[in-house]
Amino acid sequence: MCGIAGYFNISSDNSPGVTLLERMIHPVSHRGPDGYGFHVGRRAGLAHARLSIIDLEGGWQPIHNEDKSLWVIFNGEIFNYRELREELEERGHRFATNSDTEVIVHLYEEKQEHCLAYLNGQFAIALYDAEKEVLFLARDRMGVRPLFYTIHKGTLYFASEVKSIFAADPSLPREINPDVLREIFTFWMPGGSETVFRGIHQLEAGHWARVTAGAGLSLREYWDIPYSTADRGRFRKEDEYAEELRELLIDSVRLRLRADVPVGAYLSGGLDSSTITSLIHHYTDNPLKTFSVTFSDSIYDERAEQNEMVEFLGTDHHVEHCTYEKIGAAFPEVIWHTETPILRTAPAPLYLLSALVRDHRYKVVLTGEGADEILGGYDIFKEAKIRSFIKKDITSASRPLLLKRLYPYLALSPTKSAEFAKEFFHTDAPVDDLFYAHLPRWKTTGRTSVFFSENLKRQNFDDAVENLAARFTGKLAGLDYFSRAQYLESKLLLGNYLLSSQGDRMAMAHSVEGRFPFLDHRVVEFACAIPPNMKMKVLNEKNILKKAMANLLPQTIVKRKKQPYMAPDILSFFGENEPEYLNYYLSPQMVAEAGFFNPKAVEQLLIKCRKKARQGFRENMAFVGILSTQIVYEKFVKNFSVTMPKRLDNIKIIS
Amino acid sequence: MNPPNPTTQIRSFIFENFLFDADESSLGNDDSFMEQGIIDSTGVLELVEWLEETFSMKVQDEELVPENLDSVNKLTAFISQKTS
Repeated sequence: MCGIAGYFNISSDNSPGVTLLERMIHPVSHRGPDGYGFHVGRRAGLAHARLSIIDLEGGWQPIHNEDKSLWVIFNGEIFNYRELREELEERGHRFATNSDTEVIVHLYEEKQEHCLAYLNGQFAIALYDAEKEVLFLARDRMGVRPLFYTIHKGTLYFASEVKSIFAADPSLPREINPDVLREIFTFWMPGGSETVFRGIHQLEAGHWARVTAGAGLSLREYWDIPYSTADRGRFRKEDEYAEELRELLIDSVRLRLRADVPVGAYLSGGLDSSTITSLIHHYTDNPLKTFSVTFSDSIYDERAEQNEMVEFLGTDHHVEHCTYEKIGAAFPEVIWHTETPILRTAPAPLYLLSALVRDHRYKVVLTGEGADEILGGYDIFKEAKIRSFIKKDITSASRPLLLKRLYPYLALSPTKSAEFAKEFFHTDAPVDDLFYAHLPRWKTTGRTSVFFSENLKRQNFDDAVENLAARFTGKLAGLDYFSRAQYLESKLLLGNYLLSSQGDRMAMAHSVEGRFPFLDHRVVEFACAIPPNMKMKVLNEKNILKKAMANLLPQTIVKRKKQPYMAPDILSFFGENEPEYLNYYLSPQMVAEAGFFNPKAVEQLLIKCRKKARQGFRENMAFVGILSTQIVYEKFVKNFSVTMPKRLDNIKIIS
Repeated sequence: MNPPNPTTQIRSFIFENFLFDADESSLGNDDSFMEQGIIDSTGVLELVEWLEETFSMKVQDEELVPENLDSVNKLTAFISQKTS
């Protein structure tokens, strides 16, 4: 696990060399504190910050092939590298190291871009073909590892994090794009490939890019979540699906325990992380350390379930107790790492948790992300099911009451009144609408626009949704509403938020690598073939997973009602001591200067927050969103700076 | 004694807590809170908490319906019916 950065000169022959690479790689040294490697070619430069996990001695990057015509840097893991290496050696390839990285160069020699189909892993790859002068970039299927790029004055810059790109050249424009900001204040994350910074793109999950001097940049999707392949014609029993799912998950966990350092696991107390932890315990001999977050507030706390699992499996357990104050204090640092506005504080506890993992000298944790998206776990799926059920008989007085069964864990439940719930959940919306399941959430979130400045108000809700439709219509055509909702949650919530802002960035801030057994592409492809009505049987979420794990988990964990992972939002900033930085980031001058929000409205919101009364969804999202936008503005636009040491330690220049 | 007309109180509560810095003219007394997107699903309960506290009344579950709560005028009528 590591950080990568580099450049490719599209329209100039001058190679800016190692100084530029040092400037780019230093800001992501948290991702790889064990040393830096560089290679400067005729047209491209590659930089690598290393966190040693596999082949601790020999795993320096960049790595080249036999005749040094191909150079690769890579962030992530290829879990099936041993099998791939065996095959490649049989075909005559000679390996100079024992690292998984080297597999990529040899496989690329044989298959070029088709090599990606053979990789089971989580990765961002940059490979330079020195002979053809081609830069090849690729990202894993689900988007676990990040990769950003921009083209500026004829040079393409790429890196694991945006801060490396900004550090490359002070003349690079650093500007917040109001269209994308509007998307974040509607969908919770950017809806497409452009980040909140104008002109800075992420290479999307399941895509590769080729960059040449002649043709510039071209992009191609090599894999997508195959929801359309549901086993429609086949007749399989739930138990058969459950059994096969379990076998696949066991294999996925085994592959993900491959490392030359000990591997731990996050344990939230929910079904997904409990599943992973139990599979590690039952099917491998990995000595298990588990890590959890606890909260004082019972709305968020799951320690009873965590303790039950710890007792059940006898793991060596460690806890980060998260207080309001800790979340508030960490928040600006959290945003330095998310590099994007967020509407929830939920990443902050995971930032604190990865620090705990590092303090225990662990570098790798397995976690349960992805199960909700691919196996039908989210309330938004349940909500859509109930809404469509109500719509089938709008005269029924009892059907709307089903909405009351949703969200019982929320103190201010929107379903307290079924009459209002009918309105808020748009039960009259047409079920075949492209975004049927998501529209109620987006409308609620979109109402944060009450705080927008006149300038930002020009970006409207309908445009944001239309842009998304333009991107996804082809992908969603022919799918039922349940599969559509799953696809969108996988692409947007999982890909552009959970795996990035809440996943990679929070773990890598403390040099910890997350691994995700549910996101093994074999598991994802299999899950997509399970009929939706088996995944969510009536209103029983993740039915097949529960069946698969029934004998490997305590019954209370299997049967407990899903509690989504959340952290206190507004409350984190208005406890006994308000963080001093609030007056800086949210001062009317700073708000006016940034230009996205109405300073008077923000002031009113602060007054309301200080009353410490309970607040609704909109105010919570708005507050966290406004504060994080202001921090992004201050840290990345107004005062962007990274302090470079005179020289970097532990460097290798490979040529 | 006639009960005080609570319209002004309601308007100032709505502006302070849900409209923040919006213009006085942006909300008519018959405008639907839901249609205008002024109050979201959780906002309704915030509104009810305020009603109960400010007007010393108890809002029953079955009274949690748009006919009672969805505009300034509906709220005024509801309050006067509950407190008369």
